[in-house]
Amino acid sequence: MGKNKRKISGTGFLLLITVVLFAVMYAAGMAVFADKGFAKPQMFFNLFITNAGLLVISMGLTIVMISGGIDISVGSVTALVCMAAAYSMENMGTSAYMAVAIALGIGIAYGLVQGILVAYLDIQPFIVTLAGLFFGRGMTAVISKEMISIKNETFLAWANYKIYLPIGSYSRRGKFLPAYIYPTVVIALLIVLIIILVMKFTKFGRSVYAVGGNAQSAMMMGLDVRKTKLKAYILDGVLAGCGGFLFCLNSCAGFVEQAKGLEMDAISSAVIGGTLLSGGVGTPFGTIFGVLIKGTISSLITTQGTLSSWWVRIVLSALLCFFIVLQSVLGNLKKKK
Amino acid sequence: MKRKLIAALMVTAMAASMAVGCGGGGASSDGGSSEGGSEGGSEGGSDVITVGFAQVGAESDWRTANSESMKETFSEANGYELIFDDAQQKQENQITAIRNFIQQEVDYIVLAPVTETGWDTVLQEAKDADIPVITVDRMVDVSDDSLFVSYVGGNFQLEGAKACEWLKAYADAKGIKELNIAHIQGTIGASAQIGRTEGLENAAKEYGWNIVAQQTGEFTQAKGQEVMESMLKQHDNINVVYCENDNEAFGAIDAIKAAGKTVGPDGDILVLSFDTVKAGIEATMKGEIICNTECNPLHGPRVAELIQKLEAGEEIDKIAYVDEGIFAYGSDVAKVTVDGTDYEVTEVTQEVIDGRAY
Repeated sequence: MGKNKRKISGTGFLLLITVVLFAVMYAAGMAVFADKGFAKPQMFFNLFITNAGLLVISMGLTIVMISGGIDISVGSVTALVCMAAAYSMENMGTSAYMAVAIALGIGIAYGLVQGILVAYLDIQPFIVTLAGLFFGRGMTAVISKEMISIKNETFLAWANYKIYLPIGSYSRRGKFLPAYIYPTVVIALLIVLIIILVMKFTKFGRSVYAVGGNAQSAMMMGLDVRKTKLKAYILDGVLAGCGGFLFCLNSCAGFVEQAKGLEMDAISSAVIGGTLLSGGVGTPFGTIFGVLIKGTISSLITTQGTLSSWWVRIVLSALLCFFIVLQSVLGNLKKKK
Repeated sequence: MKRKLIAALMVTAMAASMAVGCGGGGASSDGGSSEGGSEGGSEGGSDVITVGFAQVGAESDWRTANSESMKETFSEANGYELIFDDAQQKQENQITAIRNFIQQEVDYIVLAPVTETGWDTVLQEAKDADIPVITVDRMVDVSDDSLFVSYVGGNFQLEGAKACEWLKAYADAKGIKELNIAHIQGTIGASAQIGRTEGLENAAKEYGWNIVAQQTGEFTQAKGQEVMESMLKQHDNINVVYCENDNEAFGAIDAIKAAGKTVGPDGDILVLSFDTVKAGIEATMKGEIICNTECNPLHGPRVAELIQKLEAGEEIDKIAYVDEGIFAYGSDVAKVTVDGTDYEVTEVTQEVIDGRAY
């Protein structure tokens, strides 16, 4: 019991740092770039608009990583979902609702196959999902090498439906511009909320932590380790499908090169959010801030205007190092007791 | 003991995170404060025009020259402030950058789109914020044409027509009676392919040229070489090759040499090409490419011209082409005429190559 408590305090500590880091960064941005619109509420909502897909996908990765696994196929799944949705709507004339079903179908299929391979055949999750990565990108090219623009009316109506918020800002010309979000943001936040609740309050959520923390003792506690892992991968697949569709609503097109490297963004968001690659530790709540920090860095650098956008990667790598070192220090402390 | 250690660690970590946070802000605070200064200036009556430019990336010499042209044109000295974003070939990065430009309330957004599609949502946001969008290099495919004010880029059909007029004049000057042309097309459907192919087909019809073979080389050297090899096997009377970009021309030249034939003014086959990248103009100086029609990456001045017109409240054209030259080996043809307009032909010398920006 005492051991358990310490682990949670470690998680809490990492989480605290992430939240503080985000707050400090954003506040600094607001102070320095106030005249460049950084202080506007819309700038904050843009973080969610742009990263809605990533947010959902990172939730999936957080769960898989807590269970002790990894999934590097999510970027390819996103590309495949976008392409399949675009192709079905534009070239096969299916409805936008059908495209949602296709997206979820792809996600479930991915989760199921990868989950079975990882959980029941004991294959390294990295290798399994690497295969998934290649397969997804390849299938995307097989469906179409050309870019497909989505013109489906229902779909575009979803994508372009602005939800105006009661706050806003005045433009330089004195016109009041209300802040807005898109339905993607609402969906993403709802999904995040559900995942937080599932991970915290359900038997499944607690099993994932137990399996990731120590599979042996979880088994001795009478948990079905394999089943839990499989479930984690299926949930991850579904979230990748959902996230991919949200991504598609943002880009309105299917294209082979889409979302390349998205899996790395998702993994780094989870790590910055306090999830340990070794499993057992992490929270979906922290991952939200991981995603927001990534978004804030790229906003800051674009707003600055003269720095090369490759600096986003450099700053991210520095942050990753910082968090990994911190995790390792905490881990060592725990061992020493 | 342990609690102390954790507390100490916590403090260090906090300090570190603050430092990182401030470092992120601090690194850019120079830009921020200088911007503050120019901002103050603009409120004081002078009008600095802020332009946000979302560039594709830095994948080729052509692209780099394109970026440099924008940076030179929209300099502080010229009364502009340029916010430059390199999207690293990712459309999602460009969408993010445009959203950022909107919040910064730039006066104009210039977009060199990575992809032709998927711009409806974000361009609508720009329109709602009353920020005009000018696309360069590639068109965007949007359902509502009012989402962008103008397109700046090359006139590919004119490029094709110019090359063909040059060929006609050159053939007349050299007394070449019969032209048997091998046509290596670009990637089918690309705007450059459509325009340049149209130019050749029109000219062939008008002047009675014989296009003996026509196939796509997909704008690559490897494919250009492969296509040329098979064309040479099927037809032994080819004396002109019309390639739709420099890379295809390099491949074709290799294939011709491998087949034991010669290229150039005194050789068996004349090679015509487009784009005029650095390696292309060097090949033109040697005569391997006899005539190279430029695809000009220097879009900056043309975009600035449009912006000045918009500032003055004038109407602008939906499509604005950039000026493009013709580079040739030798001085047999001094100028060509297309639709009543004269275009000068530049003889390639070392000075010409050194004088080019890319």
